[in-house]
Amino acid sequence: MPAEAATPDNALWKLAAIGTLAGAFSGLFGVGGGTIIVPLLIFWFGYGERLATGTSLAAIVIIGLLGALAQGGIYGNVHVGTGLLLAIPAIAGVVLGTAIQQRIPQRAVSYLFALLLVAIAVELILS
Amino acid sequence: MNELIAVLICLFGGLTGGLVGVGGGVLFVPALTIFIGLTQVEAESTSLLMIVVVAIVGAYRQNGYGNVRLREALIVGALSPLGVIVGVALANHISERALQLSFAALALFMAAQLVRRARSA
Repeated sequence: MPAEAATPDNALWKLAAIGTLAGAFSGLFGVGGGTIIVPLLIFWFGYGERLATGTSLAAIVIIGLLGALAQGGIYGNVHVGTGLLLAIPAIAGVVLGTAIQQRIPQRAVSYLFALLLVAIAVELILS
Repeated sequence: MNELIAVLICLFGGLTGGLVGVGGGVLFVPALTIFIGLTQVEAESTSLLMIVVVAIVGAYRQNGYGNVRLREALIVGALSPLGVIVGVALANHISERALQLSFAALALFMAAQLVRRARSA
């Protein structure tokens, strides 16, 4: 039996755990779920860095929409105009970032991610 | 001038999001508070809107490159509200400082694991 044929139940539990942890940390610290999702998809499912980061972005769409429904919808704190205007450079950035990512070694993505995690840890310790 | 800096930070936030698969909120929130002058709550809510837009475009591009497992992403995303509830319950029982330090330790541990894994690959 091939090694990747993990039992579906087991995989489902792990995915559920990743979703729950991502939600918990984004609720607690305001850091997006991506900081949890990407490493755990790599560690627990053996995803390559590109697959982990792509799947993470898709999960963040759902997490963000559910979070926005809960927060923005109820409290009305969202500055829609400002957000959409600043989303324009952010979109340019993400298109560029995903394109660059396809052209660099996957391990470089791991190093960049480790750097981001260290920065987040330092910020949490100093805050 | 402040607006220009905010634009550059958001560009960099999107770039980071695309490179490492996060939403970019880590950079959007400070851009919105420091350079646009929103309150922390307004910035976090507005950042969420930006994260959704960035993640939609990023996921669309990554899907084009063949790097998205949609079913897995849906399960992870759908379970996140449960996590938010767990997080709130935790926050009511454990001091914020203890939570911050725990997450900092976890982040450092994951960083070390990522580097070790990448070096041996």
